[in-house]
Amino acid sequence: MERALEFFVISLLNGVSYGLLLFMLSSGLTLIFSMMGVLNFAHASFYMMGAYVAYQISVWVGFWPALLIAPLVVGAAGALFERYALRRVHRFGHVPELLVTFGLSYCISEFVQLIWGRAPVDYRIPAVLDGPLFTVYSSAFPTYRVFMMGVAVLMLIAVWLLFTRTRVGLVIQGALSHPEMVEALGHDVPKVFMMVFGGGCALAGLAGVIGGNAFVTEPGMALTVGSIIFVVVVVGGMGSLAGAFVASLLIGIVQTFAIALDYSFVTLFARAGVVLTPDSFGYPFLKLTIAQVAPILPYLLLVLILIFRPRGLLGKRED
Amino acid sequence: MQRTLGALARGSALAVTLGLTVAVMPLAASAEVVKIAFVDPLSGILANVGQNQLKSLQFTVEKINASHAAGPGITFEVVPFDNKASPQESLNALKAAQDQGIRYVTQGNGSGAAGAIIDAINKFNERNPDKTMLFLNYAAVDPDLTNSKCSFWHFRFDADTSMKMEGLTTFMAKDPKIKKVYIIGQNYAHGVQVAKYAKELLARKRPDIQIVGEDLTPLAQTKDFAPYVAKIKASGADTIITGNWGADLTLLIKAAKEAGLDANFYTYYAGVTGTPTVMGASGAEKVKMIAYWHQNVDQNAFEPTYVEFKKRYNDEFYATAVWTEMQFLSDSIKKAGSTDPTKVAFAMEGMEEKGTAAGDMTMRKTDHQLQMTLYIATWTKAGGKLKYDVENTGYTFRTDAVLDPYVSSTPTSCQMKRPAAT
Repeated sequence: MERALEFFVISLLNGVSYGLLLFMLSSGLTLIFSMMGVLNFAHASFYMMGAYVAYQISVWVGFWPALLIAPLVVGAAGALFERYALRRVHRFGHVPELLVTFGLSYCISEFVQLIWGRAPVDYRIPAVLDGPLFTVYSSAFPTYRVFMMGVAVLMLIAVWLLFTRTRVGLVIQGALSHPEMVEALGHDVPKVFMMVFGGGCALAGLAGVIGGNAFVTEPGMALTVGSIIFVVVVVGGMGSLAGAFVASLLIGIVQTFAIALDYSFVTLFARAGVVLTPDSFGYPFLKLTIAQVAPILPYLLLVLILIFRPRGLLGKRED
Repeated sequence: MQRTLGALARGSALAVTLGLTVAVMPLAASAEVVKIAFVDPLSGILANVGQNQLKSLQFTVEKINASHAAGPGITFEVVPFDNKASPQESLNALKAAQDQGIRYVTQGNGSGAAGAIIDAINKFNERNPDKTMLFLNYAAVDPDLTNSKCSFWHFRFDADTSMKMEGLTTFMAKDPKIKKVYIIGQNYAHGVQVAKYAKELLARKRPDIQIVGEDLTPLAQTKDFAPYVAKIKASGADTIITGNWGADLTLLIKAAKEAGLDANFYTYYAGVTGTPTVMGASGAEKVKMIAYWHQNVDQNAFEPTYVEFKKRYNDEFYATAVWTEMQFLSDSIKKAGSTDPTKVAFAMEGMEEKGTAAGDMTMRKTDHQLQMTLYIATWTKAGGKLKYDVENTGYTFRTDAVLDPYVSSTPTSCQMKRPAAT
């Protein structure tokens, strides 16, 4: 019983913290999409850039300055890209926009390898945050994961306040629905879009600062999150920040618990008194345990959502 | 008139040159360059590993050329091809190598690619007996390659999965503290085979050991290993066997350290490029590996090479199979008195080498699997007798056991088809 409780609590914490990291990763993507209608394929690359820049800064001056500076650097890079590349191809429609961000993801990946090499870099968790914060019976829960969760929640609150409680947020929301009107009032709408794109990239950069040392900072890191963040955004509802939040937590928790379940159809049938052997029809499929299919569950969810609720959990638009 | 004279002069000059060329020909032929196609990932997630091994091979070739080990006038040249870790791309690379007249191929990362290369070379050699190619495999460890798929044109210089597991389980069997074992691997041929042999051999050597769990994760896709570690912990395992490499290994070890999991890891690839850097202190005294060499092996004939390589590139020369295969190749060329792959292959069969990177080795004739000494080592703090730290981490490997070639030798079912000796 104790062991089961310990396992449940730790798994829940693992699931929530992983979900929050997913949210940090995907919030910028969904933000940019909702504001500008641009599906940024290079988003995961900005995440990687954030990790590498933070590594470099942490080598020079330490982790805490990196936490602040790296997202700004990545945000500035994103803003420059919007100003000098994305804005030019914008007039040709969505496909060129998509392609230019796709190209950018390759450029960033090669660029990172030119500077930092192809091997992983030694980006460490600062000593203060290293080690366990508390233990549940005998399982330790690391301080850094709690820190990660804290940053994600703070970020969520900050972004929400920015959009609903400040003048800047008002202008951004206005520029989204009535760009001509906002322009007539004397606001520079293209500049607003540049800031939004930069801001979205900065959020990815922040996720990189946090995720880079929690996991591994290497040239392949963009690849491993590239597909999952699109799942989060689509499941949550294109352009819905709250949707992305719900979807991240859902995916994090479902995947974590699924890993623990070693049940398959074979065990299910065995309970019912039917013994299946390797000769039974469809055995290779029936013997798959939930734990084995756990990694593909998010993608299964994606397919189901697209079939039954194409606008996503909290999405507003049908198209 | 002048023009005629000029033409005459040019003509005679040409004649002289031609005559000279003919006279020089025999000399030029004896100064032969043997090209070796290096077919491995040089981009993508395995790029760092491929690049490291390419450098290792080029370094080895440089040393062998300087010492004329293959005979007077014979030098080697490495021609790199990027196979992007894919069997299909490997075949394209092989075709390109054939078009360039290259007759030696080496590859290591991925048994899928190795299998494709073997098939292609088998067919090619059958159709072109005068242009045969030879495949030197330094790291693709699927046992099938020297059993059901064995080929006269393939030689393996790494111990295969079953040999390493044979060694590992012999070592584990002596440790009474091991009671519950968890097996975790990457979901592709290699991970599946590691699990299969681990279960088979443990059941034979230590039937009292319980396998308390088994998981396969998608290759290089898992970001968060904490859920797996929670599961391992809940299973009560004291030992973990894993064939994982790269981020799948380091993330697992890091997650285990964070969760305070008190268990030992028996691994295959803890020494591969990049892994030591990320592992650092988190794997200390917990991570063991089985390998044909590590930085602090006792009889280290390879030491000067290792030191020079590290000084020049600030990188580790750990894939000593690359060094070994070049030693076998140059000695076989010398023994055969020819660079023709068919003759060289016959010369290499059954060849013995003493004082190689680690211990004495024999290239078994029946299946072309190198019989070699293996080491089991623990990741620990460097210092004292442990002279060399790995990737400047301050940590290194300490030998737990030296396994003589017979310990990890496994039988083969190979029915080799040999060409008619020439």
